[in-house]
Amino acid sequence: MIAVQSLTRHFGSIKAVDNISFTVNKGEILGFLGPNGAGKSTTMKMITTFLPPTSGTATVGGFDVISQPLEARAKIGYLPESSPSYRDMNVFDFLMFAAEVRGYDGDERLKRVKDIMATCNLKEVAFQQIDTLSKGFRQRVGFAQAFLHDPEYLILDEPTDGLDPNQKQEVRNLIRQMGREKCIILSTHILEEVEAVCSRAIIIGEGKIVADGSPEELRSKSKLHGAITLELIGVDRKDALNSLEKVQWVDRVTDLSSEQSSETATGDDSGKKILKLRMFPMSGHSIAQETARFIHQRNWQVDGFAVEKGDLNEVFYNLTKGAAAR
Amino acid sequence: MRNFKAVFKRELKSYFESPVAYVFIVIFLLATSGCTFFISRFFETRAATLDPFFIWHPWLYLFLVPAVGMRLWSEERKSGTIELLFTLPITLGQALAGKFMAAWLFIGIALFLTFPMVLTVAYLGSPDYGIIFSSYLGSFLLAGGFLSVTCLFSAMTKNQVISFVLSVVACFAMLMLGVGVFTDFLNGFLPVWLSEAISAFSFFTHYQGFQRGLIDSRDLVYFVSVIFFMLAANALVLERKKAE
Ligand SMILES: Nc1ncnc2c1ncn2[C@@H]1O[C@H](COP(=O)(O)OP(=O)(O)OP(=O)(O)O)[C@@H](O)[C@H]1O
Ligand SMILES: [Mg+2]
Repeated sequence: MIAVQSLTRHFGSIKAVDNISFTVNKGEILGFLGPNGAGKSTTMKMITTFLPPTSGTATVGGFDVISQPLEARAKIGYLPESSPSYRDMNVFDFLMFAAEVRGYDGDERLKRVKDIMATCNLKEVAFQQIDTLSKGFRQRVGFAQAFLHDPEYLILDEPTDGLDPNQKQEVRNLIRQMGREKCIILSTHILEEVEAVCSRAIIIGEGKIVADGSPEELRSKSKLHGAITLELIGVDRKDALNSLEKVQWVDRVTDLSSEQSSETATGDDSGKKILKLRMFPMSGHSIAQETARFIHQRNWQVDGFAVEKGDLNEVFYNLTKGAAAR
Repeated sequence: MRNFKAVFKRELKSYFESPVAYVFIVIFLLATSGCTFFISRFFETRAATLDPFFIWHPWLYLFLVPAVGMRLWSEERKSGTIELLFTLPITLGQALAGKFMAAWLFIGIALFLTFPMVLTVAYLGSPDYGIIFSSYLGSFLLAGGFLSVTCLFSAMTKNQVISFVLSVVACFAMLMLGVGVFTDFLNGFLPVWLSEAISAFSFFTHYQGFQRGLIDSRDLVYFVSVIFFMLAANALVLERKKAE
């Protein structure tokens, strides 16, 4: 378990991290979200014992990062932001160095390094100088170094940054797979990534936690959550808007096709045009059932019917726009 | 010990894997022999002694040692590898000692490669091998002293050039405190005991003892304590600055 207790870090007058507390358990994959400069990396640097907190502390597997940093480090695999590595070494030597410091020697050390190079697809560049690798490959070297000792705790700062789409997918699979028996914290700017791999997400803004929950929970904060997007063929616009608004628990109905349709409506009165509407429920209610029944009653021709899950981008924007405006 | 060894080996290897190492060794050898033969006119003195060789070491080290050591921490900080190093299960002391010893040994290897000098004097006459040994020891310790100063300044900045300049200035000061002209100057207005006390802090004063063939425990203690003091200061600076 990683337990973060009132962690705070100032840089001069900047409060980079402001009294953050949370715990992450084994089997959880926690996604750290937040705008640039929110304090994600700073928090991770404190959890990995690199940066001393101004106040508060964190424990990793029961070891306090301030008083027992070496024990804590031994349990952590850390991928720092933009994965720094000794550029003048080749991949193999670098990993051998990491393995040695991690306490492996002899055949065991060689085996570890070979295995991790296979896992991270590094075999072809094993003896290439890290300096000459492409960004994505350097990122993989960073991974290899972090996973080398099969750590219980993984802290990954923007792990898929710089990877091609295939590699991104592969890394996500790897993280998801490892997440079953490990405790993982990762930061990212890609919201789809959170939905794809994380069991829980924390959004930070200006050094404070502004939201904490599963991706579904966060999404349900979206205004769009539970709304219905409806496409009807050959239905009178006014009639549809008025009657759908009266369906039980419907808050309001908007016309998504209003701009284009006003022209086409005058030009072509055949009535065979598509009307696209969105119905928003009153909060905490589901309107799918009632809407479907109503449409059936009126015998409207339906081209599309989708219940919106909500939009993480919108939630993210609303929770953190204060920081962006500043 | 294992961690010390890992850092030590990595550092030493990185010296020899970069062309800078060979450039350094060549320059060191050319400069020492150049000074000895052309400025001190080694052959014309017709004495089987290496004095004209060792006399130049402080002045060559003044630039060459900061050139070797300037990158020690500034590069780690600049490239961000320091974040990697200090999130591995390794103590500050182990990392510090590993890096310092590797750089010191590297300079030691360059110094060792001046052995043809010894062969030359052996060929010319019968030198006092005791003095040669103590002079080499003194030279090696002096390099260690310079290197520890360089280490400290290299931790203070991410910029290697600044680290180099500051180290040269600091090493120069440490050297000059004991050089004749400077002590004479101090004697002009300071009581003798004070100017002597000041020159007792100088690298130069303690280096001279070894050149005379004396391995004085006070000189040994001096160099070892300077190195320890500088490395301890280095640790404090790193602790404060590593994350900046
Ligand atoms: N060494 C430092 N000195 C001064 N200020 C710092 C330092 N490190 C971070 N900060 C400040 O702390 C704040 C948080 O930075 P941090 O790197 O944690 O953000 P982040 O959430 O990781 O951002 P990004 O998404 O851009 O990576 C920023 O305002 C940053 O300028
Ligand atoms: Mg960051």
